[in-house]
Amino acid sequence: MRRILLFSGLIGLLFGATNVYAAGPSGQIEDISFSYEGPFGTFEPEQLQRGLVVYQEVCAACHGLKYVPLRTLGDKGGLDLSEAAVKTFARNIEIYDEVLEDFRSALPTDNFPANDSVGAPDLSLITKARSGFHGPAGTGLAQLFKGIGGPEYVYSLLTGYTGKEKEEAGNVLYENTAFSGGYISMAPVLFDDLIEFADGTPSTVEGMAEDVTAFLVWAAEPKMMARKQMGFVSVSLLILLSVLLYLTNKKIWATIKYRTRAED
Amino acid sequence: MSGIPHDHYEPKTSIEKWLHRRLPVVSIVYDTLMIPTPKNLNWMWIWGIVLTFCLFHQIVTGIVLAMHYTPHVDLAFASVEHIMRNVNSGWALRYLHQNGASLFFLAAYFHIFRSIYYGSYKAPREITWIIGIFIFLAMMGTAFMGYVLPWGQMSFWAATVISGLFGAIPGIGESIQTWLLGGPAVDNATLNRFFSLHYLLPFVIAGLVVVHIWAFHTTGNNNPTGIEVRRTSKEEAQKDTVPFWPYFVIKDFFALAVILVVFFAIVGFMPNYLGHPDNYIEANPLVTPEHIVPEWYFLPFYAILRAFTSDVWVVQLVSFATGGIIDAKFFGVVAMFGSIMVLVLLPWLDTSIIRSGKYRPMFKWWFMLLVIDFIILTWAGSRPAEGIYSIIALAGSAYWFMFFIVVLPILGILESPSRRPFSIEEDFNRHYPAMDIETPQTEPTKE
Repeated sequence: MRRILLFSGLIGLLFGATNVYAAGPSGQIEDISFSYEGPFGTFEPEQLQRGLVVYQEVCAACHGLKYVPLRTLGDKGGLDLSEAAVKTFARNIEIYDEVLEDFRSALPTDNFPANDSVGAPDLSLITKARSGFHGPAGTGLAQLFKGIGGPEYVYSLLTGYTGKEKEEAGNVLYENTAFSGGYISMAPVLFDDLIEFADGTPSTVEGMAEDVTAFLVWAAEPKMMARKQMGFVSVSLLILLSVLLYLTNKKIWATIKYRTRAED
Repeated sequence: MSGIPHDHYEPKTSIEKWLHRRLPVVSIVYDTLMIPTPKNLNWMWIWGIVLTFCLFHQIVTGIVLAMHYTPHVDLAFASVEHIMRNVNSGWALRYLHQNGASLFFLAAYFHIFRSIYYGSYKAPREITWIIGIFIFLAMMGTAFMGYVLPWGQMSFWAATVISGLFGAIPGIGESIQTWLLGGPAVDNATLNRFFSLHYLLPFVIAGLVVVHIWAFHTTGNNNPTGIEVRRTSKEEAQKDTVPFWPYFVIKDFFALAVILVVFFAIVGFMPNYLGHPDNYIEANPLVTPEHIVPEWYFLPFYAILRAFTSDVWVVQLVSFATGGIIDAKFFGVVAMFGSIMVLVLLPWLDTSIIRSGKYRPMFKWWFMLLVIDFIILTWAGSRPAEGIYSIIALAGSAYWFMFFIVVLPILGILESPSRRPFSIEEDFNRHYPAMDIETPQTEPTKE
């Protein structure tokens, strides 16, 4: 028993030591509890749909979402839009067609357009490409419990503006408590009552930030529900298999260990 | 095989006899599966099966992933996203393959440290051990090149940093680096050859694994006591061993199933925990990440690589003695490869006549320190190379070399071993006292 404890302690240490990618000075990251968290958490389609509206009306002005196929907006476990709604949504998006060498309205089979107009990062994978929770003391162990913190980083960035600005080499920088370095070139984009949601949800900065973050989590990991289901099923079956193998092992070794004949 | 007397395969039916005369394949499989195995093997002897599983698992998932992946600098990153989003169950394959590499290395480290503790590298098992280290090196090469394939930021910059190591070789380094990369910098040619080699090396590993197994089937397994199986007669050998099938196959499968519970929990619920967020940003040669760190399983060696900076006296001494040909950078490279080379030499660095660490009272403590040192190096490798971290990494690296080059040779002379059991049977029976002492194992009472 002592050996097992020591052993698991060592594995724990190794596990902690392995994830210490504390990338530099990061700002304040707020721990938000999203509906999709935990082994059984699921996306809320309504929240993702509101997030899509925020993305399309606000973020899409500067950012792209080039790896996300529009048809996946209809996927179960995600936004769950109807086929007609996906078509309508696609029709309102202009994309550049390399064959036509011209712009045309998008089809569900197209991806969201890329957007390089101001050099803002593509958002397809943003919640997986950022992190938070590097504590305690830079060990990154907090990530074991809170998650890697990419979504929380995005949320904290959207809500972290203090209102202070400064000018540097002709560019205006905005103070942001989540951004490393403290000043970011992206202006605050969310304001109360900015958007009128169809479902009547009041549009607050925090609410919109949460919705659009959830949407971006879905965009980065659209198969999350299938993944967790696979995890649950395979873990359950493997536990069952472990029990069966344990009993088999115990039985076949009994004759050797205790030098008795197995009860057959 | 194994020199341990045991029953061999006898073809009985005429078909079996016909086949056996032409190709004794059944015989090979039978003798491999029925090899007499010391019956006192503990739970640290399960990693071999886990590693075999990992190799098989990585090859199978990898072959399917390769069907959908595109090794081109403009398309690689997008093709991985294509796998994650559009290929049926592509996300599962990719996460399994990615985390499978971590399980592979975790198991390899347990396997290696088990061998060190129980002296599995000592005569007559030196060849098994050295081939094992070759397998480990091939694994490192494979994993490193595999990490480059998604063409994320860390992929690109890891490739740049690691190929730069070859550039540190005095004189010819730069030419070698260019030759390896297929150009002056990491680019499409690099990605293509890495993909090609990433596909090839696992089969080299598979070949080495066969030789590895062949080698220890020739000598027989080591065991926790380090005492050899008695071989004078079949009856005596049978008191020390049980056949591999079913006793150890079932035991190992049980252990594998438990490990896979954890593995699938990680793949299902936290598949990106062991990865680096920066690798979800497409490679950009113009933007250097804040900290370039390799995957966790390379961190101990990465720490050793960076530990020897130009202000360390050993480095200065070597640099002075060689007229500056060996600078700090090259010293670090030599140290990193040296840290694995000492493992190759381990059978001859250890002077103790006692095989198992169980009966070596002083060795135990030094070994424990080595394990802790390895974990500290893992941690130090992930930290920026500055301030207190550099000192910790240097101390950790120093101990790593000291253990193999100084401590092990001296311990063999200084240490007086504790009492060892006379046979494997004695050790085993002490763990499992017979239910009925009147009933010896060799002659079970017949009813």
